[in-house]
Amino acid sequence: MEKRIVYLDNNATTRVDDRVVKKMEIYFTKFYGNPSSLYDLGFEAKNAVEDARKKISKILNCSDQEIFFTGSGTESDNIAIKGVARRYQKKGKHIITSSIEHHAVLNSVEYLGKKEGFEYSLVKVDSDGIVDIDHLKSLIRPDTILISIMYANNETGAIQPIEEIGKIAREKGIYFHTDAVQAAGKLSLDVKKLNVDMLSLSGHKFHAPKGVGILYKRTGINPIPLFHGGHHEKNLRPSTENVPYMVGIAEALEIAYDEFEEHKKHIYKLKMMLKEGIEKNIDGLVLNTPKNSVFNTLNYSFKGIEGESILFSLNDFKISVSTGSACTSGSLEPSHVIMAMGREDSISHGSIRFSLSKYNTEEEIKYTIEKLKEVVERIRKISPYKV
Amino acid sequence: MYSKTVMEHFRNPHNYGKMENPDGFGRVGNPQCGDEMIIYIKVKDNVIVDVKFETFGCVAAIASSSITTDLIKGKTIEEALKITNKDVVNELGGLPAIKTHCSVLAEDGIKAAIEDYKKKKLKENNND
Repeated sequence: MEKRIVYLDNNATTRVDDRVVKKMEIYFTKFYGNPSSLYDLGFEAKNAVEDARKKISKILNCSDQEIFFTGSGTESDNIAIKGVARRYQKKGKHIITSSIEHHAVLNSVEYLGKKEGFEYSLVKVDSDGIVDIDHLKSLIRPDTILISIMYANNETGAIQPIEEIGKIAREKGIYFHTDAVQAAGKLSLDVKKLNVDMLSLSGHKFHAPKGVGILYKRTGINPIPLFHGGHHEKNLRPSTENVPYMVGIAEALEIAYDEFEEHKKHIYKLKMMLKEGIEKNIDGLVLNTPKNSVFNTLNYSFKGIEGESILFSLNDFKISVSTGSACTSGSLEPSHVIMAMGREDSISHGSIRFSLSKYNTEEEIKYTIEKLKEVVERIRKISPYKV
Repeated sequence: MYSKTVMEHFRNPHNYGKMENPDGFGRVGNPQCGDEMIIYIKVKDNVIVDVKFETFGCVAAIASSSITTDLIKGKTIEEALKITNKDVVNELGGLPAIKTHCSVLAEDGIKAAIEDYKKKKLKENNND
């Protein structure tokens, strides 16, 4: 047990499913053609890409013509936000997003604000980390052209009221994008039900490889592309198609939704086991994950100690978790997400995120609870803040 | 990311815990920045005979605190005041650039504790 890695950082990335690897393999070595080529090897590749697109469109309940492959979730967010803002700026130059978005969204919006003359407003969140709808409504202006709100938060797992925001946006004629990267395999991605115009996904968050993403874009919306090149992805994302990865991401998404109930049951049970174990064994906790959260994410702050020191101590026991703490991220600011929830600075510095996957076991959770207790007690002995 | 020495001091920090009736006490940093350090010293005949620390902070902050206590233990007040954050970094076998402030905090901690000791001593002398 001690030697094996207990991987509880599945919101950072996931293990690729063996079935996905297997499905991808022949597109590296056998059907390696360029989908644009007009001979059998090309046709095979083209068919694989279009089959993948169809599979994805079924899960998102949209036309396959509305699915675009990209290189990552970040790229999907950038195309949606910068592309739409630049295309429709004559209608207005105001964008609304939230204070808890991923940096792919926040920094894109900020860039448009700093460099391209757009204005933006950030919606507040409540102490559960859920966006304040009334505040959002109050931020809407006649020149608002785009709203981008994430579906589920990466740090806390908090589920955002996307359906409702989508309805508001539609009534006002504002484009609505959601970064659904942390929702894939955990929540319904039915774009009709969600009232979204654009939605971003990232393969490596649901057991597909890194380096492949999806952008759903409703027909009729035409973001200006970031790249210019060939006709690939209907000019929205020119680049020779990364056939194996497109096949892989589609396969992974299909597995995630075919086996949805089974994984949900397993993972949620582990999350509850971890939650009960932590709350029974450790004092001085601040729970940062609300009730309305994705079933795999659990985030706590441990009073009196800082996140990075917990992370490194758990790593000594081969347990992988992450922290919103400044220290690991290369910046000195504490987690913007936990701060936005109104937590004190010292609490924001101490948040630890446990994010589970279908590969985790009860044994791993028991081991984690035991080691976490030891680690927290040890570091608290060093701290001037006693609990 | 961290040197072997940093990890050793983080895993098994030297001289941590509260000291009762210290001769000098320095509290530096703050939890807003994510680091806070307390250095306690006991001084006899101008020599730091005992030192303890309590730190809220990251791996680098805890390791910096620990090695600093080793560096000043047994030193005279004058010698201890000469220790800089660079000495702390060197003794630790390097720190990532973003963590340099942790070593600065350690230097500030020593100075604050000695300052406090000197103030107390001055007060005692005046009372005599």
